Amino acid sequence: MGNKQTVFTPEQLDAYQDCTFFTRKEILRLFYRYRDLAPQLVPLDYTDKPDVTLPYELIGSMPELKDNPFRQRIAEVFSENGDGNMTLDDFLDMFSVLSEMAPRDLKAYYAFKIYDFNNDDYICKSDLEKTVNKLTRNELTPEEVSLVCEKVIYEADVDNDGKLSLEDFQHMIIRAPDFLSTFHIRI
Amino acid sequence: MKKKLSVLKEAQLFVEKFEGALGKGKGKKFYAYKVMMTKKWMKFQRDFENFKTACIPWEMKIKEIESHFGSSVASYFIFLRWMYGINMILFGLTFGLVMVPEALMGKPYGSLPRKTVPRAEEASAMNFATLWDFSGFAQYSVLFYGYYNNQRTIGWLKFRMPLSYFLVGVGTIGYSFMIVIRTMARNANEDGGGDDTSFNFSWKMFTSWDYLIGNPETADNKFASITTSFKEAIVEEQESRKEENIHLTRFLRVLANFLALCTLAGSGYLIFFVVRRSQKFALEGLENYGWWERNEVNMVMSLLGMFCPTLFDVISSLENYHPRIALRWQLGRIFALFLGNLYTFIIALMDEINLKLEEEKIVKYNMSIWEANLYNGTIPENSTAPPIQVDPADVPRGPCWETMVGQEFVRLTVSDTMTTYITILIGDFLRAVFVRFFNYCWCWDLEYGFPSYSEFDISGNVLGLIFNQGMIWMGSFYAPCLPAINVFRLHTSMYLQCWAVMCCNVPQERVFKASRSNNFYMAMLLFILFLSTLPAVYTIVSIPPSFDCGPFSGKTRMFEVISETLEHDFPSWFGKVFGYASNPGLILPFILLMVLSIYYLNATSKSYKEANLELKKKLQSVRNRELLKK
Repeated sequence: MGNKQTVFTPEQLDAYQDCTFFTRKEILRLFYRYRDLAPQLVPLDYTDKPDVTLPYELIGSMPELKDNPFRQRIAEVFSENGDGNMTLDDFLDMFSVLSEMAPRDLKAYYAFKIYDFNNDDYICKSDLEKTVNKLTRNELTPEEVSLVCEKVIYEADVDNDGKLSLEDFQHMIIRAPDFLSTFHIRI
Repeated sequence: MKKKLSVLKEAQLFVEKFEGALGKGKGKKFYAYKVMMTKKWMKFQRDFENFKTACIPWEMKIKEIESHFGSSVASYFIFLRWMYGINMILFGLTFGLVMVPEALMGKPYGSLPRKTVPRAEEASAMNFATLWDFSGFAQYSVLFYGYYNNQRTIGWLKFRMPLSYFLVGVGTIGYSFMIVIRTMARNANEDGGGDDTSFNFSWKMFTSWDYLIGNPETADNKFASITTSFKEAIVEEQESRKEENIHLTRFLRVLANFLALCTLAGSGYLIFFVVRRSQKFALEGLENYGWWERNEVNMVMSLLGMFCPTLFDVISSLENYHPRIALRWQLGRIFALFLGNLYTFIIALMDEINLKLEEEKIVKYNMSIWEANLYNGTIPENSTAPPIQVDPADVPRGPCWETMVGQEFVRLTVSDTMTTYITILIGDFLRAVFVRFFNYCWCWDLEYGFPSYSEFDISGNVLGLIFNQGMIWMGSFYAPCLPAINVFRLHTSMYLQCWAVMCCNVPQERVFKASRSNNFYMAMLLFILFLSTLPAVYTIVSIPPSFDCGPFSGKTRMFEVISETLEHDFPSWFGKVFGYASNPGLILPFILLMVLSIYYLNATSKSYKEANLELKKKLQSVRNRELLKK
């Protein structure tokens, strides 16, 4: 293919193609989307691997993410130090996992990390409560929220420790018919 | 990502360091060559993948629709795009292997009686009305079956036209089967494995938010629907549903089913009646009747397809089912309606074919008299006469039933398309315009009450698409132009419906996917494909082709072209082998073997499902035991 671009070296592009589910054209397109968020911060030449991080506010204002109630958690999970500020690598990684080519297991792994608000490798009752409130925008009464969380733990908790581990979550979500189609962002 | 990149770099360095070492000794050069070819092959594969993704059309359009309406509405457009791909391939086959060879290498227009417009019709052959009706010049062209000559080979390439025609017909069906089943198998792998209600709340919590949404209004709708869905689930959980008045509900449901059956029977009878009437018109000569009578059958079928689903919708409001179950009933009824209409249409066509076959016998008899008249009075009877030059337009023609069948399907497709487009324009666009502009001067709020903006009817549209494809499969053997027309139709449909959805529709209030997986629609497509091949196969196998039109004229059955090819083009031992292989004594045991293997596979899959269920139950009981211990 014609090497008309000067943003990445060919080795970099190949490495990105190996590490994500994107093709060359898509990676370049994503780079330009990343750059459009802050043209003055992101250089046009990535051959020397500059260390550029975009703050969370810019990422969260992207049209694909701005209406998503979990955008903060998504950015935190895919950013390097968990604060939501993302480099280009994190950006590519995020959209690669959320693309339709990513397999079910990979998506389940990252979904677990997204819904684990306190980062303790378990989805406990407080995480569930936060999820429900984000989903319904606090429209449910506390009793209803509590009931829903108890039901979820009852349904999915296999090892009976009162919280969902990664295995519980994966076991439950792999069977969901809608999971692949809803846990998907097209960019 | 940083970790991934570093692991990748390590692995690449390792491979580079040690790959030379592996090739020491005798096979070193060959090994190095092999490695280089593998690398080149991988690079080629990657470039090809890049190229393929660049070719996918309408990606941005679908993304926009997804962000506004969510994944279920967008799934219709993805399905449409997939159908477009299939139709492109069918078009490539029919165009490249049937239409182009005949156009380039076959005898030109006007050289044979079958390729010329009859003298009687010549005056009106170029009129737009005739062309729109697919008679006149359109009928006597490569677009339809009747134009093709039955010469065994044509042109300097010795292209075997009749064989190609037959094989392309069989090939289109075979290809469609293969690709539908392959897609079903792929979807089945991704599917969790059937209905499962044991994770109701978990799935509601973790899979209800649609990450594709990128529009505030849709997001608001989604939040509202998620809240409602949670509240409903909680209520159902807390108390068993009180059956208010079970007898009344049952009675209403029986009544609703009865009404639906009446509608189905009524529509079937209406089509039958209309087709009989059109036969009567045809006998008396179509020139005496206006536009409505000529197109009555197609218009009635399209109108029924437009109004009956709304009627079913109204009837289902009597039934008071859960929305998901109601949607299933609705789909089932619409499916039965379309199926009934299609098959009534086919039965009526069969009647017409039989009529034409009768007519053919009369024409053959008349032709021999006409020929005798030509020679009459010019030469004495017992000498061999030179063939008299007669202009092909003057030769009397047999009624070409295959072209008639092809024309009927083409007309049906065209009128179906027109009806769909007009429905979209009137039902969606005009309604939206009316609601938007008359809202200021109307007594009640048009946008919230009746009629308000319409929602996109996913299931109705998908069914329409599936049945349209069924008609294409049925008719493409007799009208090679059908895939081309369908490609054009799907292309314009995509643009029109994308525009209409974005401009006139609102996101759905309650989103219920009709099926738990895409396989539901695939299964319907497969069923329709199977049903569509039946009439075509029946006509190929049991009805004799017309004696003076088409690539199989002169044979007693269309499939004889295969035996003819085996005789002439293959060495003689091949013919013997084929003769042995097609012996019923060999084929019947083979069919028996296939049936037994299907039975065996079915039994094993059932046993796996049962084992799965047992394990689930065991898991549940182990959990319960743990719970009790605590």
